[in-house]
Amino acid sequence: MADVTLKGVSKSFGEETALDNVTMTVPDGSFVVLLGPTGAGKTTTLRMVSGLDKPDTGCVMIGGRDMAGLMPAQRDVAMVFQQYSLYPHLTVRQNLEFPLKSPILKTPQAEVDQKVGEVAEVLQISHKLDNKATALSGGEMQRVSIGRALVRNPSVYLMDEPLSSLDAKLRSDLRIELKSIQANSGATLLYVTHDQIEAMTMATHVGVLDHGKLVQFGTPREIYENPVSVYVASRLGQPRINVLPADVFGGAPDGAASIGLRPEHIVQGEGEGSVVTRIEHLGDQTRLHLEFKAHDLITLADAHTTLNEGDVVKIRPNKPYYFDANGARVA
Amino acid sequence: MAQIRIENVRKDFGAFTAVQSSTFTIEDGEFFMLLGPSGCGKTTTLRMMAGLELPTSGDIYIDGEEVGQKPASQRDIAFVFQLFALYPHMKVGKNISYPLLSQGMPKAQVKKKVGEIAEILGITDILNKPVGGLSGGDRQRVALGRAIVRDPKAFFMDEPLGALDAEFREHMSEELRALHDRMNATTVYVTHDQLEAMQMGDKIVVMNHGVVEQFGVPQDIYDWPATKFVAQFIGSPPMNFLDFNGMVGTGSAEVYLNDVAVTVPEVREGTNGGITFGIRPEHVRLDDGAPYRGRVIATEYLGTTQIVTLATANGPVKVRLSSADRINVGDQTGLQFDARTITLFNSETGKALKSEANMEVLFNG
Repeated sequence: MADVTLKGVSKSFGEETALDNVTMTVPDGSFVVLLGPTGAGKTTTLRMVSGLDKPDTGCVMIGGRDMAGLMPAQRDVAMVFQQYSLYPHLTVRQNLEFPLKSPILKTPQAEVDQKVGEVAEVLQISHKLDNKATALSGGEMQRVSIGRALVRNPSVYLMDEPLSSLDAKLRSDLRIELKSIQANSGATLLYVTHDQIEAMTMATHVGVLDHGKLVQFGTPREIYENPVSVYVASRLGQPRINVLPADVFGGAPDGAASIGLRPEHIVQGEGEGSVVTRIEHLGDQTRLHLEFKAHDLITLADAHTTLNEGDVVKIRPNKPYYFDANGARVA
Repeated sequence: MAQIRIENVRKDFGAFTAVQSSTFTIEDGEFFMLLGPSGCGKTTTLRMMAGLELPTSGDIYIDGEEVGQKPASQRDIAFVFQLFALYPHMKVGKNISYPLLSQGMPKAQVKKKVGEIAEILGITDILNKPVGGLSGGDRQRVALGRAIVRDPKAFFMDEPLGALDAEFREHMSEELRALHDRMNATTVYVTHDQLEAMQMGDKIVVMNHGVVEQFGVPQDIYDWPATKFVAQFIGSPPMNFLDFNGMVGTGSAEVYLNDVAVTVPEVREGTNGGITFGIRPEHVRLDDGAPYRGRVIATEYLGTTQIVTLATANGPVKVRLSSADRINVGDQTGLQFDARTITLFNSETGKALKSEANMEVLFNG
């Protein structure tokens, strides 16, 4: 296992800047999730580390070794993509063995069998080892493609939205599985997603990217509770943070242009009146859509609230965030 | 606008039964969700309502008229697909006006109508643009515009947001719902995303293996699932199941989990044998003094809340707590169940047992 360091990495594709001076360290044994909307530079970062793309400037190091000029095969990394690319004419076992049978490695058959057995066990696909890869469900195929990365025991795993093509139930099962595989094996994992639940629940560290810039790096709790900007604050939290002009409640600090309120920052039953415009029952949470001085707000209510559309609810902020005109956090 | 009634509808594809015997009613103006995993028959059901498939048996009524064997063109409905199929060589305005022009509506009237629709959808400024360079959201709006412009009796949508990324999806689902509230058109919407169904739907039908498992308003389905399948499919994380063997008599309000008495809603339908005790993660509290014990094996931080997983004698239990509570892996503690919210299931059939709490929702007709 190894740490990964990016130093001042930039990359452009024609006019388009994909990465802008990214410096980041993925500590040994950590699970780092890169988060951001489409086009933020998440996948490009992964491709820099894997060697599928080369940085224009800056350097990538794995385990302290500069990777400049090294091919993907020489970097000892394993990649898992969103679209599981299995060999369709091979069985599950043959797919899993494939990386070990590479002529460079010359792994003895006994060792191959043992490794494949272990990995199949962890991913709960032991009973399917002799099936054709094409005779599996989507979730099973994705587990095999994760398994094919695991058998190699590389220094670093790179995963690009490996769960996003799976259905919700399977996604939540594999989330827990991946997290425990990583925690138990001490593997270093760099993982790209735009799903905030995956980021929150699996990551030891989250890196938030915005137009190719790394804007914040920290634990999920730091990112959620102490965002540096309105952009970062909007990445995490369901329902999303409410952003209103700073002065609607009064008491804004100097330089604040907007106030950011998560549901836990809105005290109900005190303060000024707002009107309930819509109630959404999501089961575990009930969302209250409020109108406050011509601004829309979304917050949470008790699941069995007796409030109705048109009712008036008093609200006041409690330890909200304030942002300046550029979106940077001022308080 | 229209009421749609489905009676004993069945669809076979060769030896495979896609839909077994569905019966439900969609009221005029409702936003109605067909929810279930892939292969459950939800899309087939929608296609039968639309006339893209003909039922093997059973009746479909739109506004009281039996249309089961009529083709789509005679049903006056509009269909929006997951992949918005726009005419690539036409401008936005032309794409929207096409259905009207092909019906032979006078030009002036078409222009007025397209203008109105563009206003509703907020796309007035792109009417003269080619569809090629549009963003995903604008393409979806144009596809909607083309469906709305004909004033059909009902809209049918098959995972219209499935191809969009999470953030944008949330935005579009709010927009769709707001659009529905302005127009009040009967809308039938297929999805496998339970959150989308809960968020947007007035009513939900939950399907599995071609069978309607439950039909009702979102909160009722969430609180009082008719089957174990529904309890697991809806809610994230899903309902906890604690399996035990035992007997529970009619009129009793107590069960024994690993020899600990737990209060439940008064049972109206006793059973003997395998029983599943079902409780939602947010209805469990951790209390050191509680007699039913568990050991914390994992915590997942979600921002406002966290999910704590405990190992218990009857299997793992997930609990939703405030993130402010400090919980450590390895802690031994007691679990306190909110007695008003518990559902008991027959483990073999998967059906909920009648109780004073779920009677009204599940057995009112």
